[in-house]
Amino acid sequence: MTRVFDAPRALVFKAWTTPELLKRWLYGPEDWRLAVCEFDPRVGGTVRFEWRDRTGKGMGLSGVCREIAAPEKLVFTETWDEDWTGGETLVTMVFAEHAGKTTVTQTVLYSSQAARDGALKTGMEHGAARSYDRLAELLPSMA
Amino acid sequence: MIETLQALAEPNRFQIVELLRAGPRPVGDMVEQLGLRQPQVSKHLRVLSEAGLVHVRVDAQRRIYALRAAPLRELEQWIGRYRRIWEANFQRLDAVLEELKTKEKKRGRKKRTSAD
Repeated sequence: MTRVFDAPRALVFKAWTTPELLKRWLYGPEDWRLAVCEFDPRVGGTVRFEWRDRTGKGMGLSGVCREIAAPEKLVFTETWDEDWTGGETLVTMVFAEHAGKTTVTQTVLYSSQAARDGALKTGMEHGAARSYDRLAELLPSMA
Repeated sequence: MIETLQALAEPNRFQIVELLRAGPRPVGDMVEQLGLRQPQVSKHLRVLSEAGLVHVRVDAQRRIYALRAAPLRELEQWIGRYRRIWEANFQRLDAVLEELKTKEKKRGRKKRTSAD
């Protein structure tokens, strides 16, 4: 999935990686809100997202940070609580800036193999998946 | 819709659907284009037909196949549901970014003022 945003990439990266900011825009289907948003911005750090509707019904995912290069690149794993994706997926996000605009490209590698042994040997690109992080600590200048 | 996806998931059938995008074609023509044998092409066309993706018309000795729009429209609507979730998210993100840009500008001005 690719989308262009009219802002420098430091800000786009910040909006995509700061829980308080993510909660303002990253809704689920039927306007489910992001009720829990955790991100440990280190390689090996844990990721947790939970969306809920008004009745408390929801969906969530957990993952691990694999690579962080602010404000250019993020790589993390995610596994949905109800396993819709056939095991762990690996999400790569690239933030490219040109003339003050930022192109965000998100690629999701699906692999049932990965779920079993953590190795991503095969996979396929998928257009519409999800990704998010919390990297506030990495962006002190962006406060 | 699962049937549509299963029918499309086979590479040769996907190619047939791509060929038919340009308009109706006789079987012989597709055999030539795909480099497959006629029985193989006929077998794939039967699966596509059962899934409702194509219909056939007999014109003298020739069987001419054409795409049917209904299952493709159904697919498009299904994908649209996901696209709308993301587009709504991205529009909210656009608004958050506008706010961050404004804050940055204000901060920049303050810095300059305090330095003066």
